[in-house]
Amino acid sequence: MRIALAATCIADTMFPGAPRATVRLLERLGHEVVFPRGQACCGQMHVNTGYLDEAVPVVRNHVETFAPVADGEWDAVVVPSGSCTGSIRHQQAMVCRRAGLDDLATTAEAVSARTFELSELLVDVLGITDVGAWFGHRVTYHPTCHSLRMLRVGDKPLRLLRAVEGIDLVELPGAESCCGFGGTFALKNADTSAAMLADKTANVRATDAEVLTAGDYSCLMHIGGGLSRQRTGVGTLHLAEILASTREDPTPLPHARTEVAR
Amino acid sequence: MSAREDVLRRVRAALGDRGAGTTAAGKVGTAPAAVEVPRRYRESGDHDPGSPAVLEQLVDRLVDYRAHVRQVTAGELPAAVADVLAQAGSVVVPPGLDEAWLAAAGDVVVHRDTRDEPLSALDLDAIGAVLTAARVACSETGTIVLDGEPDQGRRAISLVPDVHVCVVRAEQVVQTVPEMVRRLASHPERPQTWISGPSATSDIELDRVEGVHGPRTLHVLLAP
Amino acid sequence: MSTFLGLPGLRRRGTGPDGVPAASADEPFGAVPHPQEPLRWGTSFPEAARETLKNEQLRRNLGHATATIRTKRAAVVDEVPDWEALRNTGSAVKEQVMAELPHLLAQLEENVTARGGVVHWARDAAEANRIVTEIAQAKGVDEVVKVKSMATQEIGLNEHLAEEGIAAIETDLAELIVQLADDMPSHILVPAIHRNRAEIRDIFLARMGDVPADLSDVPRELAMAARAHLRRKFLSARVAVSGANFGVADTGTLAVVESEGNGRMCLTLPETLVTVMGIEKLIPTYTDLEVFAQLLPRSSTGERMNPYTSLWTGVTPGDGPQEFHLVLLDNGRTDVLADEVGRSALHCIRCSACLNVCPVYERVGGHAYGSVYPGPIGAILTPQLTAASGGVSGADDVNASLPYASTLCGACYDVCPVKIDIPSILVDLRAREVDADRGRHRVDPWKAAMKAASWVMSDGGRFGLAGRAATLGHGLGGRDGVISKAPPPVSAWTRERDLPAPPDETFRQWWASRERAAERDARPAVGHQDGEGER
Repeated sequence: MRIALAATCIADTMFPGAPRATVRLLERLGHEVVFPRGQACCGQMHVNTGYLDEAVPVVRNHVETFAPVADGEWDAVVVPSGSCTGSIRHQQAMVCRRAGLDDLATTAEAVSARTFELSELLVDVLGITDVGAWFGHRVTYHPTCHSLRMLRVGDKPLRLLRAVEGIDLVELPGAESCCGFGGTFALKNADTSAAMLADKTANVRATDAEVLTAGDYSCLMHIGGGLSRQRTGVGTLHLAEILASTREDPTPLPHARTEVAR
Repeated sequence: MSAREDVLRRVRAALGDRGAGTTAAGKVGTAPAAVEVPRRYRESGDHDPGSPAVLEQLVDRLVDYRAHVRQVTAGELPAAVADVLAQAGSVVVPPGLDEAWLAAAGDVVVHRDTRDEPLSALDLDAIGAVLTAARVACSETGTIVLDGEPDQGRRAISLVPDVHVCVVRAEQVVQTVPEMVRRLASHPERPQTWISGPSATSDIELDRVEGVHGPRTLHVLLAP
Repeated sequence: MSTFLGLPGLRRRGTGPDGVPAASADEPFGAVPHPQEPLRWGTSFPEAARETLKNEQLRRNLGHATATIRTKRAAVVDEVPDWEALRNTGSAVKEQVMAELPHLLAQLEENVTARGGVVHWARDAAEANRIVTEIAQAKGVDEVVKVKSMATQEIGLNEHLAEEGIAAIETDLAELIVQLADDMPSHILVPAIHRNRAEIRDIFLARMGDVPADLSDVPRELAMAARAHLRRKFLSARVAVSGANFGVADTGTLAVVESEGNGRMCLTLPETLVTVMGIEKLIPTYTDLEVFAQLLPRSSTGERMNPYTSLWTGVTPGDGPQEFHLVLLDNGRTDVLADEVGRSALHCIRCSACLNVCPVYERVGGHAYGSVYPGPIGAILTPQLTAASGGVSGADDVNASLPYASTLCGACYDVCPVKIDIPSILVDLRAREVDADRGRHRVDPWKAAMKAASWVMSDGGRFGLAGRAATLGHGLGGRDGVISKAPPPVSAWTRERDLPAPPDETFRQWWASRERAAERDARPAVGHQDGEGER
């Protein structure tokens, strides 16, 4: 398959390991990955903060950049993020229509119909759960809210993780509860967000995992930021970074602050 | 403009009627699209009314609610009534109750209540129990409905006494809520009380406590 | 003294039930005095939440209670094979009600009147309060018994009646706890959810007047104390006030769904019954009850069916109240109805399932929302109900902070029995709030940041440059690669969390260098390539 990568703005600039791993993984599985350079952001931050007018040019750029998928130039668009995929699928057309851009909304719908979150692409489109990965560490998985409730990825990420050789996958207590990120919520309602984060990090610590993984680097930045501040020694890796790991070319454990490191 | 006219005018404005002025916030809404109501839920259950499976489910649900249930034959019913009323000492009955049900309850003081000669709330408070029939019951939810007909009486009599003895006949028991509601729909104007177990509260730490203001004890006698 | 005291717009009642004098400000109960506006009190949500988050007892109480109810709900919903079909029908029926509201209201009025009831209409809270007061005064009573009702909470009926010398006695156990504590409700279904058993015992001992001195904190014993306390009231009450869960247009039937039997007492024993109902509470036909009678109890108390549901149609001669008044209340509902997106908030059947699953509500509690409607549904309903007085008018109104009181995690939408898409409505209200602020000339760092971000993020070239600029901050992270202290507004983040330093290379830089390498490998003889390169 010829697959276009939407790297997401946050991973492109802050967590390039996730899109790099997505490329590595898909190429290992025999697919061609292209990176359309016009891409920047899906517009989710603007939409969810209420700045829908400001979201329009951002959405337009995304839709126009990925429009070739609707014409068959690429077979699919992959996004290593549940919330960005959710925004593409459930918000972009609304933003266009609200601005009176009905044609753009129609294109947005056509693009989103061929756009998939990573675990959806692997399991639903490519039909695989065992990607031939090896990762010899204790891992716990946080199902991010938008993966779970906007995209309904269900247990697809867990099925992919269970098939990873060498992994010690442990269940996260209270997994389905939000970590308190919510985009600008973490800044606008910082105290409430911190209270939610405290419960999430306590649950992560209770698993004794070395690595917390998820399908969204935004939530991982949040929980990881808490784990780091508390010097728990638990690091974070995107789902793609674990699935890309092999015995020959293993993904190293992420650096994680610990008590000792102080 | 009367309040009635004003509220109805605002409703029309909210629904896009441009001739109706605006709402209080100065808005005129849009007309909603016509609505098609899908009805793909179960309109009846797998089991026939009064079938053993339905009766078994009703018993299970009632016990779960901490009601006391006994399945009796027609012949056993008077003795069962006498048995559950023995402790109460006195009972109030509606005017149309089957007198045969009380045939064995000789020691119990029987009060009769009618719409024309109602007992006062204070009178009822001094009576130990109430004995009624029912209109319909639903097994999935463990619900028994009274609709105020002569064999069930005024709503007050099944409310104030602390023990409610309710005789439910097998053919009155349906499986699902839609079956129950459709039986009641032939007389929606009757005052109805849907009873699912004794009164209860979960207001303290969501901890369920049975028995608050309504009858604290519910006996259900399931008769053929 | 409570932090809420001293704020404008708050009032305390003269006397509580039984003539108990109002609590003095330094007493332990009643952290929330009764506000002038039950739909708008206190500070903005973030500030109010900051205060309530400090109360660890509250968080423990809420954590325990919401976890209990979530488990119960999940169990009884899972056993219904056609739950999704019921939700779809419930949602569509409510949509139909909104579309046909003028006709259905007229139909309800006609049927209630035909069966001997009297229908009143109230444009707002003041008008509804006046109607109820005048009925009570005409009956010559100085006391009415009340069934738990959100509509009468919303209009501040009890406080209004108290000012007119009429004591309104709440008979629902949780409402009684709240009333005795001179508190405000913090949950739609379980208004005293913020109190644990020990606190409730203390409230009863201090305020109930007729409880045994050795009262324990066992829930059963507390419930029995309430039973004994209220029984006398029920048996002598002449006027009752209730809300309604449903009003059936095609029959004029009203329904009250309850558990304790206090509802039956109020709806059955007094001579006069006054029901205050929001105009959105209609259902078209009697048989529509077959849907809502399944959706509501399982979603609210997590029971297959609530212990008691009472249905009455006008007046039944010789049975129950012989005088019945129905007050149909607007109070902002038509403003909600006028909103194409937000109007589905009126579909709400007040089950409170969204509160019980909300991770925000679970931590901050109901009082932080500054409205009798807390939680996710409150966050979309309260601003819209108060639209006429500025509820969605931008940063000037405390209610405008409510649509931001959510991470958009979506748990509320999943449990809503009538499928109200709360996250989408929250986003829409945020947009309205932002748009309302656009015309104002003020320095708004958010606006400036969003405008700038829009410019950068709408072009791959500009975004690539910004990303490359960010990599210059790679060294900020020091040895650990993390930033622990940042200037505002990011300081709100770094108070509790580290921030990773930017990487030394963005993804698109990596991709570009990989492409350059690939091109070199493909054409080794040509030497230096003047390829597209990174941007």
